[in-house]
Amino acid sequence: MAVTTAMEWLGSCSGCEIAILNIGEDLVPIITEALDIVHCPVLMDHKYFGQCGEGLTLTIPEAVVGIVTGGVSNHEHLEVLEEMRAKCKVLIALGTCATHGGIPALMNGQDRAESWEGIFHTETTDPGAKIPTVEVPAPLDRVYACDEKVKIDMQLPGCPPNPALIAEVILSLVEGRDPVLPGKSVCDTCPTRREGKGDVSQVKRFITNADFVPGAPIDEMRCLLEQGYLCMGPVTAAGCAKRGAPACISARVPCRGCFGPVRKDGNQLLDMMNALASNGIDYKSVVDRRSILRFSGAHGQLRPMKKRVVEED
Amino acid sequence: MGKVINIAPVTRIEGHAKIAIHLGDDGNVQDAFLHIQSLRGFEKFIEGRPAEEVPRIVNRICGICPWMHHLASNKAVDGAFGVTPTETGHKLREMCQVMAHINDKILHFFFLAAPDFVLGPDADYSVRNVIGVVKAAPELAGKVVKMRQLGQMMLDKFAGKAIHPIAGVVGGFAKPMMEEERKELLEGTRTLLDFSLYALEYAIDNVFSKYMDVISDLGVIRTGFLGTVDREDGALRLYDGRQRMMKADGSYVDFEGAAYTDFIGEHVEPWGYSKMPYAKSWNEGFDMSLAAPKGIYRANTLARINVCDKISTPKAQAALETFRSSFGRPAQQTLLYHYARLIEMVYACERTIELLEWEGITDPNVRAHVEPKAGRGIGIVEAPRGTLIHDYTTDDNGCITKANLIVGTTHNIAPMNMSVKQAATTLIKDGIYNEGLLNQVEMAVRAYDP
Repeated sequence: MAVTTAMEWLGSCSGCEIAILNIGEDLVPIITEALDIVHCPVLMDHKYFGQCGEGLTLTIPEAVVGIVTGGVSNHEHLEVLEEMRAKCKVLIALGTCATHGGIPALMNGQDRAESWEGIFHTETTDPGAKIPTVEVPAPLDRVYACDEKVKIDMQLPGCPPNPALIAEVILSLVEGRDPVLPGKSVCDTCPTRREGKGDVSQVKRFITNADFVPGAPIDEMRCLLEQGYLCMGPVTAAGCAKRGAPACISARVPCRGCFGPVRKDGNQLLDMMNALASNGIDYKSVVDRRSILRFSGAHGQLRPMKKRVVEED
Repeated sequence: MGKVINIAPVTRIEGHAKIAIHLGDDGNVQDAFLHIQSLRGFEKFIEGRPAEEVPRIVNRICGICPWMHHLASNKAVDGAFGVTPTETGHKLREMCQVMAHINDKILHFFFLAAPDFVLGPDADYSVRNVIGVVKAAPELAGKVVKMRQLGQMMLDKFAGKAIHPIAGVVGGFAKPMMEEERKELLEGTRTLLDFSLYALEYAIDNVFSKYMDVISDLGVIRTGFLGTVDREDGALRLYDGRQRMMKADGSYVDFEGAAYTDFIGEHVEPWGYSKMPYAKSWNEGFDMSLAAPKGIYRANTLARINVCDKISTPKAQAALETFRSSFGRPAQQTLLYHYARLIEMVYACERTIELLEWEGITDPNVRAHVEPKAGRGIGIVEAPRGTLIHDYTTDDNGCITKANLIVGTTHNIAPMNMSVKQAATTLIKDGIYNEGLLNQVEMAVRAYDP
């Protein structure tokens, strides 16, 4: 008996949906036999208000499993998420936007209203343009992760999430068991060579390529943090590795934390500053420290900078 | 009293939109809108970020075409920092970009659009989708899934991440290509080329000839076109070249990307979050009137196929000649976007092979020397959905102070609104409509692959 499944995307980029497709040939039996997909705007034509738009309330069919991607940044996202919660027995937040805010939550570090004004006053935008307000969903005060708004039963982060882990979560639900998911940090799954603290005291920007022998195995490359680059492996949840090394490291590029914090409710910025300090690296050498929270700015972690108060006489 | 038919959400597209069709008292269409529902604010929240980090932030604008944003962004940062990438770095980026086009076209044509043609526009919604295609045409579907996965995994393995890539870097590329990788990629791309020729033939036989009456009618509007061509011979280009803005009569002006602000303006309507780019250089303003549109041009596959003088690779050129002998230049029929998409897929495969056969592709010199500094850079690539423009200004520390983005899909927002109105007006008369007719209105949107 196929498991009824509803899928929705909120403030997302569709990268999570592409990651689901990247399960590849194994996806065919999943979507044709294991699951009975009853709602999924990117792939099928079920409509919110009836197929001819005759309904009055947004309705998603009942399903055993619900999968939501994207964060919650406007009233329509909230309405859809609440309907998904009401109709699905098990609700999964898929991808780092849904679990921790993701890149769009960088907006939480700014004054949203002021930023939106700026977006409609760029060099190419017609003068006098106003922020659209007709027939478009109004924004919330900030970008939220899904679990800030409704109860979430399972979280699977990643930007994008790993197709193998998505398949594992789906199959575990179909088989009625707990999924096997990594609980370690990116560093714990990284095969690069560690030689000890060394004499790095400042963090380098990634404007030069890492030092490695082209074609040599990844375990012969020295740890990128030890090479002096900011690499967020120590504070980031594992799960991205597909071919024996974390994805970015396999391209010889440092980690930027896209699976969110390794500690539940951890703060990637504070944890990374601690990691740098304990290695004798000056955290002030990191340009734009706030963007260390670029994937986990929901849950109130990233807030607009306080405006400097003008001193009174 | 009139009524409003809401199609919400528009489905089998890659974003958030709804259609509202306004009927008058007589039951005929008075007006129709495609409302774009989301706004995230990338232009503002990349302010303050070190510019070299931005290519790995803005790729999240689109999970379907992350390579396009990643590379347009890298080109813009190159410009701001005054860096010229090494030749191999430049070509590795182009290879990834062109290869990403292949997967994108398989995804759009077969996963999103094909159900309307394979199962028919009036098929029940519960089967009119990729799962229905898998059940109705298992052999075709099996092949499609396999080919899409092949392309995705080739990119994923070589560049670390296919979705939200990180391997393009200011100054070039993060790692060189090894000879074994080159051989493996070449073999895979040859397989994809065979598939792309098969796909084109399949679609000509089973879609374009079968649905010719729908093609000549559904969503047809008359507009100009924008694309990118080779600086020397006007051939189709995806990664780099000169922009060409063509009027509906076929006359055109070429310009260098740095001058884009002289050619493109962005109109804003109160009823959708997306801006609507238009041809400012035509000095006629902006009007979406079906009878006499002003400033309206289109982008994406049909536009590129229309503006180019030729295609530099033989098999795609042959397909272009066949296309032009049937539909002329410029072709205006909206559903021909699908046809143009499959011609471009052939080009993308042939171009990837050319790049992989270039002797310098395995050179280890992949990244030029980079110093962060103040400047302005404009990076343009042809994304699957249209000409993609990233324009950054940096401060002395190489951090972003200002950004302007014109994203591929947005060029087609005004034309999509026109096509929706055209389709709705033609299909809905005297208040009579059904699910199949409403799906045909959506098909006019799907052709643009928004």
